[in-house]
Amino acid sequence: MGLLSYFKSRSTSGSASLAKERLQILVAHDRAGRDAPSYLPQLQRDILKVLRKYVAVEPGAVNVNLEHDEHHEVLELNIVLPEGERSTG
Amino acid sequence: MSRIIVVTSGKGGVGKTTTAAALAMGLAERGFRSVVIDFDVGLRNLDLIMGCERRVVYDFINVIQGEARLNQALIKDKRNENLFILPASQTRDKEALTKEGVGKVLTDLSEDFDYIVCDSPAGIELGATMAMYYADDAFVVTNPEVSSVRDSDRMIGILSSKSQRAEEDREPIREYLLLTRYSPQRVERGEMLSVEDVQDILSLDLIGVIPESQAVLNASNSGVPVIMDGESTAGQAYSDVVARYLGEQLPHRFLEIEKRGLLGRLFGG
Repeated sequence: MGLLSYFKSRSTSGSASLAKERLQILVAHDRAGRDAPSYLPQLQRDILKVLRKYVAVEPGAVNVNLEHDEHHEVLELNIVLPEGERSTG
Repeated sequence: MSRIIVVTSGKGGVGKTTTAAALAMGLAERGFRSVVIDFDVGLRNLDLIMGCERRVVYDFINVIQGEARLNQALIKDKRNENLFILPASQTRDKEALTKEGVGKVLTDLSEDFDYIVCDSPAGIELGATMAMYYADDAFVVTNPEVSSVRDSDRMIGILSSKSQRAEEDREPIREYLLLTRYSPQRVERGEMLSVEDVQDILSLDLIGVIPESQAVLNASNSGVPVIMDGESTAGQAYSDVVARYLGEQLPHRFLEIEKRGLLGRLFGG
């Protein structure tokens, strides 16, 4: 160790670790999109079209996601309804 | 039968052409008949890196369109008799690269050559997909930097789905990770992704790590593939890459900070 480097500790939390973390998330997301069946975007558009007959939802309100497990696949459907559409029962 | 290698990356400026030139020259130096093809139609640069820019008469597109014979377009390297260069067209539209045309040229070349190195353009457009379509092996050139790693991952996906091997359900393209512009100093300081970090994310076989080196710029300035600069760390690292590609087991070099003299150790950062 040199005299000057004595005062500098090796950074373990520099920007490289942030880069790795961001990449891991991003790449996992990219791969999920890549491996998804090709009908997902069309399914998403169709569901949105049907939904809009009944509720005035935003174009981005429907989210379709396919998750793989070891033994099965889960088709996850997430719909965000606008404020005020909820029944106050 | 020859082996077709594509040098690809997705992102531009990471060292594809430098790598294609080094690889082709390295294989030629070991006695293999090698040809390196520039697929970057409209933005040809391989001829500059190889130092034969003033000898281009006909190009790849001329051959595909039947305006020139293959041996009229091939440029024989002046330093190594085993090495030939097939330049890209500087003016034509890249749409001229057809699957049939490229396939025909590669089939003709494979009668005469042991290795065909395809220097891919950046991006995922036609030139890049044509460069990889017929490949047997792929070098995915990556810088230890977020956008380059992400683009490499994208290319890996395309390699496994849009190649002739994938379409014909044959053994997939062999993919290798080549990390370039690596700076052990910056990795040590936690500023740059390490070899292990990039491997964790891309999970590819590591064929080599090329250290950041002034020699690469010097080589391209003078039109000499950097592998011929045996004094430089980059040149030596490329020689190791060629040896590993041919099956030799070599440890990776230049991953650690070089030892400095006493003064350097006292006052260096």
